[in-house]
Amino acid sequence: MRELHDFPGGLRLEPRKELTDQKPSLLHPLPERMFLPLQQHIGLPAEPLVKPGDKVLKGQMVAQAGGYVSVPVHAGTSGKIIGLAAHPVPHPSLNQAPCIVLEPDGEDAWFDIRPTERYDTVEPRQLQKLIWDCGIAGLGGAGFPAHVKLMEGVDNAVDTLIINGVECEPHITCDARLIQEKASYVVSGARMIRHAVQAAHCVIAVEEDMPAAYEALAALVDDDLELVKVPVRYPAGGEKQLIKTLTGREVPSGGLPIHIGIVIHNVATAAAVFRAVSRGEPIVSRYVTVTGRVENPVNLQVLIGTPVKDCLKTCGYEHREENKVIIGGPMMGIRVTHLDMPVIKTTNCVIVEENAPLPLEMPCIRCGECAQVCPVELLPQLLHWQARAGALEAAKEHHLFDCIECGCCAYVCPSRIPLVDDYRQAKWRIAQEEEQARGADLARTRFMRRNQRLERERADAEGAEAARNAEPETASPGRADKKAYVQEAIARGKAKRQNRRAGAAERDEEGSND
Amino acid sequence: MSELVAATLILCALAAALWLFGRPGAARGGREAKIARIDALLPQTQCGECGYPGCRPYARAIVEQDAPLNLCPPGGNAVVAQIGRLLGRSAHHHGAAPPFVSATALIDEENCIGCVKCVAACPVDAIIGAAGQLHVVAPQYCTGCGLCLPPCPVDCISMTPS
Repeated sequence: MRELHDFPGGLRLEPRKELTDQKPSLLHPLPERMFLPLQQHIGLPAEPLVKPGDKVLKGQMVAQAGGYVSVPVHAGTSGKIIGLAAHPVPHPSLNQAPCIVLEPDGEDAWFDIRPTERYDTVEPRQLQKLIWDCGIAGLGGAGFPAHVKLMEGVDNAVDTLIINGVECEPHITCDARLIQEKASYVVSGARMIRHAVQAAHCVIAVEEDMPAAYEALAALVDDDLELVKVPVRYPAGGEKQLIKTLTGREVPSGGLPIHIGIVIHNVATAAAVFRAVSRGEPIVSRYVTVTGRVENPVNLQVLIGTPVKDCLKTCGYEHREENKVIIGGPMMGIRVTHLDMPVIKTTNCVIVEENAPLPLEMPCIRCGECAQVCPVELLPQLLHWQARAGALEAAKEHHLFDCIECGCCAYVCPSRIPLVDDYRQAKWRIAQEEEQARGADLARTRFMRRNQRLERERADAEGAEAARNAEPETASPGRADKKAYVQEAIARGKAKRQNRRAGAAERDEEGSND
Repeated sequence: MSELVAATLILCALAAALWLFGRPGAARGGREAKIARIDALLPQTQCGECGYPGCRPYARAIVEQDAPLNLCPPGGNAVVAQIGRLLGRSAHHHGAAPPFVSATALIDEENCIGCVKCVAACPVDAIIGAAGQLHVVAPQYCTGCGLCLPPCPVDCISMTPS
């Protein structure tokens, strides 16, 4: 039995999962329109491969990866591409982003996909490429391209592969339902990923209050996989927190789990890998929990690109002004206003809540509660002041970028300060400033190079001018020679033409004699 | 042994100090470094709004001709304050920098006649084109300086705010 470790901070939250965790999931019907954002993952956006008017099949790649840290996008069903346009997307800072718009034809006809027989005889590199081509990005919520973790994993020795089924945020049950309904996918997917990174150990972790999911997995695992229950505490399912809990090791600031020999994937990602490898299916659908003030709260198997509005309708909800809609969990989710926005690869939950007025924010009283609960051991109140004062350099020095935005600090703040909003904004501003600095460096180099070029051209022109003026005598005979040569050439050409004409005239005469 | 090491170190340090400060160009080197540091704070739009032909020339003018600090509209008040701090000069008496909207140039493909005049005017070579051919702005290089607007004989370039 694995010895478990404790991570700092965290909260014991009311799970509130009873609305959906016992109900079987429903297959969402085909929507009328699908919107496929080019960016559903962390990294570079995908590049479209189709144009309006094209017919596509289910599972056909409609946009290719825009770089190494990027994944392709696939059509969720067969139909016609009717546009490539800006459309509302679930994103904390962007309102709209480019989407491929697909009109389903109702046939749901699959593209030519091929299974991989006996994955364990396939080279890990080949398996990684296949997973990349199937567009798999972390389905846990962050959307980090899965192949990057795998490819880095082969370059570095992987000690432990962790399959994360610790669904610690209240309300969300999509992973729990997926495990219960598709346990074999998760376990097989875990074995495939393990082969792809050549990991020494593999651990599947679930929370203590997910007994049904645990039983479903326990029936399938052998000695090769370890199944672990971790104590219920938010954010136990955070990547770094789970690594600490299971191994006692900490991911260094600014580093990745691979730097300490660990690769971690969500259970839904493992299931997607299973589909990709065993059937060649790219990722076209996912489990989404629809809960809160809807008539029939349930988990839906939704095609990626389906508007959130349609999902809510399937659960018997028509939007009313007194409610608000949140995408993601109650702790880390974002409030959305455009319900036309689609479900994307990272959408795990849609919650409808009463639109209560925001609590009045009071000044910070330096109680220090936030520092007590921070799972990354940051100083939230200091970061809050630095963010508000625009002291971005200082905030960076105090490890603002290690904040996982779990929301524990804001949850316990007695002054109701929306701390995470401050951090997100500060991070965004820093990223913008860095972008600007990069642009300025580029412009500086180009300006200097241009000036050097103009200088060189001027010097060359002056040099040539001086040379002409200095040697008029030697230059003119040369030119005279050239002139004579040209005249000669013209004369030769004329003679040739005349000869040809004469020849042609002779032939004509011969012809008329016949 | 340790004395020998210490003595060698001190000698090296002395030699380095002589080389650094004994050169005739040392003062000039310091000035150039200062210009580079001011240039690093400027936004590199190369727009010439300050009255100097680019950011580095303006940085040079600040150091060598005591030019005012508030001449850079794209940099705004933030840059005025930063240069003031760097030079230990109060930026207040210069007043606020004039407003500036950051933008990207866009050539209207219908009307461009391919005269190459904007290509020659661009301070960062962000416009691609040859005589008689349609020109295009590479948006990733465009600094939004607007210097391509006046030379265009058919007025086909517009600035789109970014």
